[in-house]
Amino acid sequence: MVRGDRTLRALLALLLPLGLAIGWELAVRAGLAQGRLLPPPSRVLAMLGGLAASGELWVHVQATLVRVASGFVLGAGLGIALGALTGTLPLARHLLDPAFQALRAVPSLAWVPLFILWLGILETPKVVLIAVGVFFPVYVGVSGAIASVDRKLVEVGRIFRLSRTALARRILLPAVLPATVVALRTGLGLGFLFVVAAELMGASEGLGYLLVDGQQFGKPEQILAAILAFALLGKAADTVLVVLTRPLLRWQDVARDSL
Amino acid sequence: MLAFRNVTKTYADGTRALAGITLQVAPGEILALVGGSGCGKTTLLRLAAGLDTASGGAIHLDGEALDRPHPGVGLVFQEPRLLPWLTVAQNVGFGLAELPACERRARVAHALDRVGLAEHADRWPRDLSGGQQQRAAIARAFVARPKVLLLDEPFSALDAVTRQDLHGHLLGLWAETRPTIVLVTHDVGEAAVLADRAVVLRPKPGRIHGIFAIATPRPEDPDANAPDTRRLRTALGASLREDAQGGTPYGSGGASALPSARSR
Repeated sequence: MVRGDRTLRALLALLLPLGLAIGWELAVRAGLAQGRLLPPPSRVLAMLGGLAASGELWVHVQATLVRVASGFVLGAGLGIALGALTGTLPLARHLLDPAFQALRAVPSLAWVPLFILWLGILETPKVVLIAVGVFFPVYVGVSGAIASVDRKLVEVGRIFRLSRTALARRILLPAVLPATVVALRTGLGLGFLFVVAAELMGASEGLGYLLVDGQQFGKPEQILAAILAFALLGKAADTVLVVLTRPLLRWQDVARDSL
Repeated sequence: MLAFRNVTKTYADGTRALAGITLQVAPGEILALVGGSGCGKTTLLRLAAGLDTASGGAIHLDGEALDRPHPGVGLVFQEPRLLPWLTVAQNVGFGLAELPACERRARVAHALDRVGLAEHADRWPRDLSGGQQQRAAIARAFVARPKVLLLDEPFSALDAVTRQDLHGHLLGLWAETRPTIVLVTHDVGEAAVLADRAVVLRPKPGRIHGIFAIATPRPEDPDANAPDTRRLRTALGASLREDAQGGTPYGSGGASALPSARSR
């Protein structure tokens, strides 16, 4: 792709959101709208800047990030381990997969009351809820990727008499990496979805707390500031994941530059 | 010596792929397995490679049973099957993990040079053409220095010019270590150019129709083999017609004795 082409596309993509934001800002400033329930961008940015300057924002960002990270590590770790198990061993697949698929059909938020009863209202139920949200896409992705590894490539390993562990390390692992990264990215996205749910159900800090607080005290600019922070944080986390895994996937014949 | 003794293969669904194949291949010989579709050529090769198990009979290499992949037996598949996450050089060295790095590098570099891929060593397989990928696959099989190399229609997907080019590369590599080669092909011209003997198989179930020694010297010019090609084409045609009429027993065609080495 030509460089100028890419810049043009980026500008085109920004046209609609920027146009709306500027339009709304001008409308409020000209007195055409009040902007009480939907504050103009300048007020939202001022709120975000204020929260950042006072240091309050970082306390909430840190709380949210710690929850997402803990839930993600727990959920993705279990998802990879159990996905690998059911993907490779038919017995494990027949034993575990139907139960997991049935559990997957339960909307994860339905577990919230039970988690609160079992685990209280502090950090544990929040992390567990996020882990449940992350687990299923990762489990399904990894299990499916292993089950669909090209038999022809496995035969190459057999011809060179690779042991089971060597076959797993030299053929299965690299073959499932691309699908695993996609599953992890989906899982991370869901991690951010569920951290909001978890923080809405009761928290004294975290970006989700800013949302509830903004609602209760009638501060829509704080709600929008928190939403903006969520968007930036989610995109940043996804980018970190992509950058960290890129060296492993250099061989892939895809346009990863556009990610 | 690679020996097939009364090898049969019946699949789980009852399909009889091979019925009583008995055949001996001398060290350093190039043997072509020729036949139409469904005559069990590929099945026979997979049995010798140890990827599948025979239903009856046995395959031995120098007295050792080949019922699982064997270090002395290499296989080149119909499609290149390079591992997409390894560079060309890493693919060629895939079977040499146990060698010291310096020897591995030297062997890979030599093989890549032999097949004309030296300057592509560090590229990804996806960057190569089909013919180049198949050359890398052949190099991957040769660097392990097998006693027996099995080739399953490795040139069938390539155009005529690339194919002729690859015949040259194959013979060049073969001349270095002189492994026994069993080449599956449906192209009688290819069999006549490359092989010392050609075994014509007959389908449903796969049996030997005839074994033919290739009379003319291995040529610089493939057209020089025209008489052998004609003879094999006639036999192949007959094997298919006889199948349609119910078949005649094996033993009626050609020289089945081990060959005197074909002049190179």
